Amino acid sequence: MTMPFYVAPEQLMKDKADYARKGIARGRSLVGIVFSGGILLAAENPSRTLHKISEIYDRIAFAGVGKFNEFDSLRVAGVRHADTKGYAYSREDVDARSLANAYAQLIGQVFTHDMKPMEVEILVAEVAGPNSDPTDGSRDQLYHILYDGTVFDEDRFTVLGGEAEVIAQRMEASYREDMALGDAVKAAVGALAGPDRTLEPKDLEVALLDRTAERRAFRRIEDPELSTYLA
Amino acid sequence: MTLPFFPPTDDPGPSFVDLLRRVQGSPPPVSVDSDMTITHGTTIVALRYADGVVMAGDRRATAGSSIAHRAMDKVHPADRWSGVAIAGAAGFALEMVKLFQLQLEHYEKVEGAVLSLEGKANQLAIMVRQNLPMAMQGLVVIPLFAGFDLRRRSGRIFTYDATGGRYEETDFHADGSGGRDARTAIKLQWRADMDRATAIELAVEALYEAADEDSATGGPDSVRGIYPTVATITVEGYDPVLESEVAERFSDLIERKKQQGLRP
Repeated sequence: MTMPFYVAPEQLMKDKADYARKGIARGRSLVGIVFSGGILLAAENPSRTLHKISEIYDRIAFAGVGKFNEFDSLRVAGVRHADTKGYAYSREDVDARSLANAYAQLIGQVFTHDMKPMEVEILVAEVAGPNSDPTDGSRDQLYHILYDGTVFDEDRFTVLGGEAEVIAQRMEASYREDMALGDAVKAAVGALAGPDRTLEPKDLEVALLDRTAERRAFRRIEDPELSTYLA
Repeated sequence: MTLPFFPPTDDPGPSFVDLLRRVQGSPPPVSVDSDMTITHGTTIVALRYADGVVMAGDRRATAGSSIAHRAMDKVHPADRWSGVAIAGAAGFALEMVKLFQLQLEHYEKVEGAVLSLEGKANQLAIMVRQNLPMAMQGLVVIPLFAGFDLRRRSGRIFTYDATGGRYEETDFHADGSGGRDARTAIKLQWRADMDRATAIELAVEALYEAADEDSATGGPDSVRGIYPTVATITVEGYDPVLESEVAERFSDLIERKKQQGLRP
């Protein structure tokens, strides 16, 4: 019988984290920002059909970077979680916070117990209604979940992916409270592109959670419309 | 609630009904006592017109010979481009509508594409067939499904029987206890090129005639202000008709009957 070599837990976790970070850094980044009309999600994505940003429920959206098959299976699990919860209780009872926690549990579990951690970072966003009262907890929510299950709760914007830090600095510089949709798209795409590049509509995937929507708030912003915002 | 996460070899796919079965387990089989009074919904109609389809249903639900509800809605949106109307055991029927709506939305979100109208109609047939054990005990649910087919650019109507048989109607159909009377009323006046107002008026007239002959179908109730549920489905999608407009169509109808020297 062979005995496994002893590896210090610190080393094991560090190796896994490095592995996950490397995998995530290979892909392009994504930003989610709060603006006057709701929450805008923008990603660099040359594919029209393999989406990084998708709808989970009436007011909840999902975005992921890293390994496509991994974050896509998380997306489907989120849709299932939300739909079964809305069926068993009520549509109003489905919320981003509990979904983000469920994701964090699963991703954290995989990180500690499985051989290979998930090479993903995900974002769960929920838009508050137009007449919502921030004192009762209904406000725009952005939950950024890392490959090891760590959850960050952001107020204004969040950046996912390998170049998150640089993009977040650019985002910080261009972000203003209560931006209009066009300004928000410009700010997000400008931060993703950086000073040396310009991103065309065909390189981008943009969607929004519309604050004023009656039920399903998720909407993709596609080309003729996207070009008008970027012009 | 934990996250429903399945290994790829054991994945329930885009079906919400299969997912529920996996997450909650199958409900135990029930047998219904024949003395139990069950709430029933009654007459529903759908007819094609120039821009798409009109669906309508009366508002009465009965339990035995008494009225259980005066303002039940029997016409519901199934998704953006289709609607479902129900007749039969109300509890099962409303549950079927809720599940059907979720089934379509769940598919759309998981797969990232909307089912074809034919696909939606077949999904509903499967759900009716799954209700067959209940139907054998008298708890029959008969839906009527209609929608705008974006590929063929026309409105289409599908009817069902208790065993899950699915039939496509060319022009119009009515179901439920007053369905026969409603069908006759439509048959006498239906034309393919009717405009929206004429189509709504014909649907409303059919329900009126059904209520006239069938005790389980509710007529217009101007005292309480309760009128049939009416919706149109066109290329623009499912659009509920305002109750005030339905009330207007009713008063037009009664006025017309009086002018023709008919008793309303």
